[in-house]
Amino acid sequence: MSDPNMSSMVTTPRAEQPTAPGATAPTNAGLPENQRADKPRGLLGDAWRDLRRKPLFWISAFFIVLFLVMAAFPSLFTSADPSYGTLSRSRVGPSADAWFGYDVQGRDVYARVIHGARASIMVAVLSTLGTVLIGGLVGVVAGFRGGWFDAILSRVADIFFGLPFVLGAIVILFTFNPPGANRGEFEIIMLVVLSLVLLSWPVSMRIMRSSVLATKEADYIVAARALGASNLRIVFKHLIPNCLAPLLVYSTILVGSFIGAEATLSFLGVGLQSPVVSWGVMINESQNYIRVSLYLLLFPAAFLVTAVLSFVMLGEAVREALDPKMR
Amino acid sequence: MGRYIVRRLLQLVPVFIGTTFLIYWLVWSVPGDPFAGKCGDRPCPANYIQVMTEKFNLDKPLYVQYFTYMKNLLQGDFGSTFGGRSINDLIAAAYPNTIKLAFVALAVEALIGLTAGVLTGLRRNGFLDNLVLVSTLFLIALPTFVTGFVLQYLFGVQWGVIKPTVSNPPSFTELLIPGFVLGSVSMAYVARLARTSIAENRSADYVRTAIAKGLPMRRVVGVHLLRNSLIPVVTYLGTDLGALMGGAIVTEGIFGINGIGREVYRAIVTKEGATVVSIVVILVLVYLVMNLLVDMLYALLDPRIRYE
Repeated sequence: MSDPNMSSMVTTPRAEQPTAPGATAPTNAGLPENQRADKPRGLLGDAWRDLRRKPLFWISAFFIVLFLVMAAFPSLFTSADPSYGTLSRSRVGPSADAWFGYDVQGRDVYARVIHGARASIMVAVLSTLGTVLIGGLVGVVAGFRGGWFDAILSRVADIFFGLPFVLGAIVILFTFNPPGANRGEFEIIMLVVLSLVLLSWPVSMRIMRSSVLATKEADYIVAARALGASNLRIVFKHLIPNCLAPLLVYSTILVGSFIGAEATLSFLGVGLQSPVVSWGVMINESQNYIRVSLYLLLFPAAFLVTAVLSFVMLGEAVREALDPKMR
Repeated sequence: MGRYIVRRLLQLVPVFIGTTFLIYWLVWSVPGDPFAGKCGDRPCPANYIQVMTEKFNLDKPLYVQYFTYMKNLLQGDFGSTFGGRSINDLIAAAYPNTIKLAFVALAVEALIGLTAGVLTGLRRNGFLDNLVLVSTLFLIALPTFVTGFVLQYLFGVQWGVIKPTVSNPPSFTELLIPGFVLGSVSMAYVARLARTSIAENRSADYVRTAIAKGLPMRRVVGVHLLRNSLIPVVTYLGTDLGALMGGAIVTEGIFGINGIGREVYRAIVTKEGATVVSIVVILVLVYLVMNLLVDMLYALLDPRIRYE
C-alpha cells in the first residue's frame, strides 16, 4: 500500500484542453446547454460517452452504490444486531440462519460485515476529502505563486512524503491514541482520518501542482489576465476547473487504497478498535483463529477486496476515458 | 551532472532534518510518562528515573535532545535502549534479514511482472492480456496481510510445503513465499507499466524501421523494443527497492521474520523511543538516497534526459 505508486497511474492532461468551467466531475454528465447534441464535445463530454459504453464502469459503479447504501442504511440488509454475542454459538460455521457463521464471541458475521461497511467507507471517504482538499489547495497555491513560495511548500511536502506510510501512521496513532486511552468512536475515526491525510497529502499536492504548472501558461489564462481578471478569479474560474481531472482520477483510486490502509492499521491494532465494527477490525479479530475457522477471515476480506477493487476499477475506467491516447 | 548531484544532496539535508525531527517530536514529546510500565507492575525507582533522564537528556528542551542525538548519530552511535542494549547491534542483527527479503521480493516482481508485462504488451487484447489485467487489478486491491494470511495458510498449514514461519537467519528458499507476498502489489504495477510502455513503443518509428530493415522479430523485440521500453520499469523497480528496504511491518509480522519492520513495531509498542527514531532515521536515509540514485540512473539509461 505505497501511495507513490498510485500517482504514476494518473496523467496530467495537456494544457490545450479547456473544459467548461462548472462541469467538474468526470462522472457528471452535466454539460453546458450550448455543448449538447451535435455541437463538438469537450473533454469531459467525450469521456462520459466513452465511459457509458464500458461494462467495467457500470460494474464498479454498481458495487460502489451498493456499498454506499450499505453504509447509510445497514438495516436494509440485515436485522441482526452486530454486537450481540452468545458464547454458545462461538465459531459456529455458516448455515441457513447465519449465512456467514458466527465469530468467536458468537456474533453474527454477516451482520457485522454489513455494519462494518460504514466505518470503513467513512474513514476512506473522509480521508480522501481531506487529502484532496489540503493537497489540492497547497498544490494550486504552490504552482500558481511559484518562486520561493513554491520551493518552501515543496520541501514541506517532501518532509511528509519521506515518512514511510505504515510506519508513520503507526507512530502518529500510537502517540495520540495509545492503547487503553478509551476514546470515543468518533474520536478514533477522526484520528485515523487525520493520520492518513497527514501522510498522503503530498501526492495530491504534487499532482495538482504539476497540472497547474502545465496549465498556467495556456492561452486562455493569458487572455483572462489580459481582460483584467483578478488572480482569485483566474484560479477559481479558469485554473481549477481545468486542472481538476487528474486529481479526481487519483482521488477515486485513493478511496480504494484508503479502505485498504484503514484495514491494515486496524489489523496492526492501532487503527479503529472494538467496539467499532469495520472490516479491518474484523480481520484483526479473526487472525488468531485462521487455522480453525478460515471463514472468519474470508468474509470480511472478500467485502474489503470488492470495495477496494470497485474504486480502483472506477478510477481506471475514468482515467482511460479521460486520456485521449487510450481511446 | 556533478552540479545536479550536489544540488540534490543539499536539498536532501532539510528534508532529512525535517522528517527525523518530526518523528523525534512525535516519539519523545508524547503526552505521558516515558517510564510508565518500564519496571513491571511497580512504579520505577527514583534513581532509575534519574539515571535515565540524564542518559536521554529528558530534562532538557526537545531541540537540545534532538541535536545531541544527531551529534552522536553522525559519529555512528545510535544510542541504546532503555534496557541498555546497543541499538547499533540491534539494527545490525535485524537489517540483513530485511535486505534479503527485499531482494527476494524485488526478484519476484521483476521476473513475474516483467514476463507478464512483456507478453501482454506484445499481444494486446488476447486472452492472456485480459487475464493479466484482471489479476493485476485483483492483486492491487488485495491488502498485503490478506495475501500473507491466505498463502501462509495454504502453503504452510494446508499443504505443508513450507514452514509457516521462517527461521532466524532465514534462508532464501524460506523467503520465497514472504517475498512473493511483499512484492505482489508492486508486481502488478510492474506488469502494467511494462505492458503500457511496450504497447506504446510498438508503433514507434524506430521499431518500424527495424522491421523494414528485415531484422528478425526476436532482434526487434529483444534489442530495439525492450531496451527502450524498460526504462520506466527499471526506475520504478529502483524506487520500489527503496521502499522495500524500509522494512515490511506486516509481512515480517505474519511470517515471523526477524527484520527491521518487526523491530520497529515492537519498539513503538514498548515505547522504546531511541530505537524507533534510529530505525526511522535509517529508513528515511535509505529512501532518500535510493530516490537520488534512481534519478541518476534515469539519466544514464535515457541519454535524452539531461540534468543541469
